[in-house]
Amino acid sequence: MAEKHNFGIQPVTCHTFNKDRSGLALSLNSSEVKIYKKNGSKWQPTSSLQEHGQRVTSIDWAANSNKIVTCGADRNAYVWTMNSDGTWKPNLVILRINRAATFVKWSPNEKKFAVGSGARLISVSYYEEDNNWWVSKHIKKPIRSTVTCLDWHPNSVLIAAGSTDFKARVFSGYIKEYDPKPEACSWGSKMPWGALMAEHSNGSGGWVHSVSFSPSGDRLVWVGHDSSVNVVDAAKGATLTSVKGNFLPFKSVTWVTENSLVAAGYDCNPTVFTYDDAGKLTLINKLDQSQEKAAGTMSAMNRFKNFDTRATSGDSTSELKTQHQNTITEIGIYSGTKADCTKFSTSGVDGNIIIWDIKSLEKSIAGLKIA
Amino acid sequence: MSKNTGASRFRKVNVDQYDEDCYQDDDNDDGEQGPSESEVQDLLQKNKSSDALKVVLNNAPLATKNQQVKDRALNLTLRVLTSFKTPDIDNAVKSLDSKNIDILMKYIYRGMERAQDSNTSALLTWHEKTFAVGGLGSIMRVLTDRKKV
Repeated sequence: MAEKHNFGIQPVTCHTFNKDRSGLALSLNSSEVKIYKKNGSKWQPTSSLQEHGQRVTSIDWAANSNKIVTCGADRNAYVWTMNSDGTWKPNLVILRINRAATFVKWSPNEKKFAVGSGARLISVSYYEEDNNWWVSKHIKKPIRSTVTCLDWHPNSVLIAAGSTDFKARVFSGYIKEYDPKPEACSWGSKMPWGALMAEHSNGSGGWVHSVSFSPSGDRLVWVGHDSSVNVVDAAKGATLTSVKGNFLPFKSVTWVTENSLVAAGYDCNPTVFTYDDAGKLTLINKLDQSQEKAAGTMSAMNRFKNFDTRATSGDSTSELKTQHQNTITEIGIYSGTKADCTKFSTSGVDGNIIIWDIKSLEKSIAGLKIA
Repeated sequence: MSKNTGASRFRKVNVDQYDEDCYQDDDNDDGEQGPSESEVQDLLQKNKSSDALKVVLNNAPLATKNQQVKDRALNLTLRVLTSFKTPDIDNAVKSLDSKNIDILMKYIYRGMERAQDSNTSALLTWHEKTFAVGGLGSIMRVLTDRKKV
């Protein structure tokens, strides 16, 4: 139902898979990006990308072009292309930002990528063939604080951004000389570069941790530090639906069908929500159903493991009942797409990446129906 | 060459005020006056503590920046909270909607900031019952919300 992969005791701050899920790139809260190759059921380290001078904040691996883009607190972003001998070649992107880069994401057509930053702007980069480099353009207004998260609309033009000024916004990332003219969509018909297409706040102060467009691009979900989950449906008048629950805040969110979404964060437990056609958002279930662990004598191996990870030799009563033993930092789709996701992956501060099988969870958890 | 003078006053300069794009809270101070004291007093005298609680929570001055108004509302709310008999607290909390639970939690924490012997135990009981309904989420919202009580 859920397969667990451990990468040591350092937090996995961000992770991404390649197209056929045989490759994995992650950063263990350091300036290094590690690349792994799947070997049987194990992940084998193959290379390490060491160009960043400070902590890597985000990685994205483009499925079709097989390029990796990384960004870090050193205000740089690199596009990595694979050489024929399997090594990776970095290509520095001049982002022109004076604060840390926080988040990076390829557009669905993989021709552009957007970087969020503490300099209160979004930097959209595209490749200029004549000069053989990546050119950046900035979206500044009216962002008032650090951009923490981004997501691309399926049309590769609109960008959703969440920020620490408590707002989720939709911008146009249309580059006139580069993109084909976009068709009108539910967020608007005219999309000049940098235009603010929508701006939403749930009225209370919670930093936005994650945003996600639904597979059709009509719905936008974001999660904030005020323990809220918020959905706006642009096709239905853009009214805001919020759930402010009694759970801890979520760090990451993604749609798994047009109507269902999975959020995970400080609860260490992925949670399914459903947004129905009437515009009602409901918490369906937590996916990590606790299993009572058999209490027994501790093996010598566990004793030393505890020494290593917790500096204690005693039986750990502090162990959580969830599979992740600490905050979940990021959710990614593992198999399928946002429209019909069958497996998704979560990375955690506990150094684990867990791959969850939605279909088998649906069968085993009573009352869990993913519409 | 600059000399190290050991001065630390510069650390207290708010550099953000010289930045015109810096974040500012939405200013929607529409002259909230908070709950009416006589109305709450009236309900308390008629032993309708539960109604008095709803009045103070529904009229909580959240948007205003006037500290006096907030303090007055806090004192009134604390008076309402301490007027409850312990067995009645459960029902009162359960009758509140989630928005009011969050506001109640804010008042409980604010009340604990200036706890006096007379009301700490009452506030702890309120906290326990409110937490049972609002959970960790309501505490998160006390910590994050810019709209303080």
